Parts: sequence; C-alpha cells; structure tokens
Amino acid sequence: MFSLIRDTFTSQLVTLWRVFKHMFDKKDTVEYPDVQPYMFPRWRGRIILSRDPDGEERCVACNLCAVACPVDCIALQKAEDENGRWYPEFFRINFSRCIMCGFCEEACPTNAIQLTPDFEMAEYVRQDMVWEKEDLLINGTGKYHDYNFYRVAGMAVGGKDKGEAQNEAPPVDVRSLLP
Amino acid sequence: MRWEVGSALNIVSILLVVVVIAAMLIWVERRLLGIWQERLGPNRVGPLGLLQVVADMLKIFTKEDWTPPFADKFSFILAPAIIMTVVLMSFSVIPFAPGVGIIDSNIGVLFVLAMASLGAYSVMLGGLSSDNKYALLGSLRAAAQMVSYEVFMGISLLGIVALTGSFNLREIVQAQADGWYVFPQIIGFIIFLIAGVAESHRLPFDIPEAEQEICAGYHTEYSGMKFGMFFVGEYLGLVLISSLITALFFGGWLGPGFLPPIFWFALKASFFVAFFILMRAAIPRPRYDQLMRYGWLFLLPLSLVNLLVTGAVILAGSGG
Ligand code: SF4
Ligand code: SF4
Repeated sequence: MFSLIRDTFTSQLVTLWRVFKHMFDKKDTVEYPDVQPYMFPRWRGRIILSRDPDGEERCVACNLCAVACPVDCIALQKAEDENGRWYPEFFRINFSRCIMCGFCEEACPTNAIQLTPDFEMAEYVRQDMVWEKEDLLINGTGKYHDYNFYRVAGMAVGGKDKGEAQNEAPPVDVRSLLP
Repeated sequence: MRWEVGSALNIVSILLVVVVIAAMLIWVERRLLGIWQERLGPNRVGPLGLLQVVADMLKIFTKEDWTPPFADKFSFILAPAIIMTVVLMSFSVIPFAPGVGIIDSNIGVLFVLAMASLGAYSVMLGGLSSDNKYALLGSLRAAAQMVSYEVFMGISLLGIVALTGSFNLREIVQAQADGWYVFPQIIGFIIFLIAGVAESHRLPFDIPEAEQEICAGYHTEYSGMKFGMFFVGEYLGLVLISSLITALFFGGWLGPGFLPPIFWFALKASFFVAFFILMRAAIPRPRYDQLMRYGWLFLLPLSLVNLLVTGAVILAGSGG
C-alpha cells in the first residue's frame, strides 16, 4: 500500500518536472502565414494537368483518373483533333470533394495529371472550388520532363506512323514471312 | 476614500481585478499549456495574443444563448449564477494585503468552506436541470467528488487553525511572520492542494466534466454567456484556491520589504496558478472510483493523523 502510494507520488512529481522542462525546448509550431513551411516535393496538393515536352496537352482523355478517383470528383469528355490525337474537351475537378489521395496521378498512363506541393486553395465561394481545364493546365511538364506519351506509344497519330515511336521496331508484315 | 478593509473603493477594485484576472487566465492557461506542450499557444490577436480574451469574450457574448426546451428553466438559469456568486463571495474574506480586503471576518476559513459547499449546488443543479444523460452523469460525479473532498479540505485546515488559534484569515497570515505554515503543516498543505484541485474540478480531477468520457459533463447543454459563467467561474475558483494556499500556507502578503505586500501576494498566488496549469498539462485524469477510493481511504485518514499530531505537538509545547 505505502510503496504504491510512494511510487504514485514520485511518478506524478517526475511527470510534472519533465513536462515543465518542455518550456525550454524548441517549439514545433511553424507560424504559417508569416513563415512558409517547407513543402516536400512529393506532397499531394493542388492538381495540375501538364504538357509534354513539345508543349502539347499530355492528357489523352482515357478516363482512368476519373475511374480511380474514390470520390468521383473528376469529370471529362473525350475529343479528337485532326491528327487523331485524343484530348479532353473539358476537364473538371471539383476540389471541394477531392481528398488529395493521389490515385488519379497513379492511374494516369501519360503522367498528365499530377499533384503539386501547393495547398493554399481556400475559397469564399464554393463554386470557385470547381476548376476547369484552363485553370488546371500548366505550360510545363511538371515532375516528368522527358516523357511524351505519343512518342513512346504504338498508336499512329498525324505525323507519326506505326513503328516510328521510340524503341519501337517497324511493324512486321506477317505475309512476307511466308515461305 | 481610503484603502481600508471594506471600503467601497476596496470592494469595487477587488471585484474588478479578480474578474479581469480570471478572464485573463483563459489566455494565460492556453499560452502556458502551449509552452509546456512545445507549441506557442494563441499569439496572434494583439501583442503576444493578449487580446485573445477580448476575442473570446466577443464570441461568447454574441453566441446564441439557448435554453433547451426540455430543461427546467429556473434551475437551469440559476446554476451558472450560483457558481459565480459563491466564488466571488469567497473572495470577500481573502486578505490580499494589509488594508486590502472586503470583510475582516472571524470565521473566514469557515466561510470559504461553506461557500465551497454551496458551489456544489451549482454543478448539481446545472446537470440535473439539463435533463441530459451526460449532464446527469457529470453532476452525479461532481456531487460525490465535491462532497467527499470537502471533508478533508476542511480537516486539513484545522491544523493551521489550531496553530493560530483563530479562524480569521488575517490573523492566520500575521501568525506566519516568523515561519510559513507550509513547513509544520506540509501534509496539510499537500492534502489541501489536492482537495483544492478536486473542489474547483480542474484537471486532473475534472471528472465531472471529462470531455473525453461524458462530453462536457454538467455543462453539456449550456451555451453563450451561461457557459461563459461556468467557464469564468472555474478560473475564479482557480484564483481562489491559489489565493487561499498563499494566505494559509505561504504567509500571504508577508515578504521582504522591497516590494509592496500586495505584490508578494500576487507573486505567490500566480505561482500556484501556474502550478495548477502545469498539473493540467502533465497529469492524466484518474478513474472515478480511483478518485473516491484515494480520497476516503488515503487522504481522509492522513488528514486526521495530521490533525492529531498537530494537536499533540501543540499540547506538548504548551506544557499541558
Ligand atoms: S487526388 Fe484523389 S480525390 Fe483528388 S482527384 Fe485525384 S483521385 Fe480524386
Ligand atoms: S489525366 Fe491521365 S488518366 Fe486522366 S484522362 Fe487524362 S490521360 Fe487519362
């Protein structure tokens, strides 16, 4: 009984002393609007649509991101230009629903959709949280500088025929192999 | 008007200072808790965040003051008023300094204890009248806790009363001119400290309002200024307990002459306020049955032994 009481008392006193010592420790608080916190490069923040190194839209409107999105906040419509390249006619992300999970980025076969370290996205009007393609599209390549989907994919588009992509052998004419 | 006990100037300034200090404690507590948790605490409103209190007050005054339709209106409104009243009444007997005080009462210690008992009505009525399960649980706990800790809160002070031979708080302070009572009455001090925390139901003994268990306990249904009164009442209780400890065990206003007496009092009292806040930052809340068992099985016998030993020593000293 008494050893129990003694131990209880000493442990409380030790606790008090240890907590008191925190007074002299460095504070963990980052005073945000005055001090910008360091944002990690792979932070999952505001979403952008990037362009390939030639300056064309990377997105091929495959809808994989919209399917992957757990909260269904991506909406887009496929369109095709005169070269046969697919692109989204509209591309809309409702950021009031987006949970910044990054699934869309993982799903994207063309590295078009990317999450960036920007988190300052507060708005006064809820409707302003719906971002259209013009708002999302940037002029650069984002995190992946050299990747160009149409140059590595086997698909024929205007200006690039079958077999002309990087690391791609010309198509084999199966009939010519006949004996 | 002169500075003498009970003058109108005295009453008004003590009332104002005490209430303003209690309100400022909202900020002090949050800053100190922040510092002890390696944060900064509120520091954006005004210099050092000092105007946080104003912001909080504005918020609490402009909030909807809602009385639940199922509550018992009369006691629902009465409860927060009781706590403010009894705590402010208790301040009337506190001797802040020579000439600063409201009543020079011969039964000061008893008066404070009586007011503390009345304070139990506030939490009981508040919880009962809310007609809410959590509030009821909270007030049940509060009633049991306050009633049982009052017992040895009183007994722990009897040693001092016996040493001084008076219930008058001023005489108790003056009797400490050649030695604070904390040394002969160290056990009484520890018991009074613990019971004081339990009486003002501050953490770690905030079992009646334990947020994590029963929402906010007895003031679950309160909002707006009625909640604010419970809130400020709690801080007033904190100031009261710190002032009492200062006056009873640490020589009140007595101190080296280079500072005016009231400063010594304020200094000692603020030390204990900070200590209570440190306790809140450091010590987890015990279980309810632990609290009761600890009180009745350990603190009560200890305070009785303390009283008996004190009595025996006095008797032996007087050669009786
Ligand atoms: S980050 Fe997640 S929630 Fe946001 S758009 Fe992409 S998949 Fe949807
Ligand atoms: S952003 Fe990527 S995944 Fe989404 S539609 Fe465009 S190409 Fe497909």
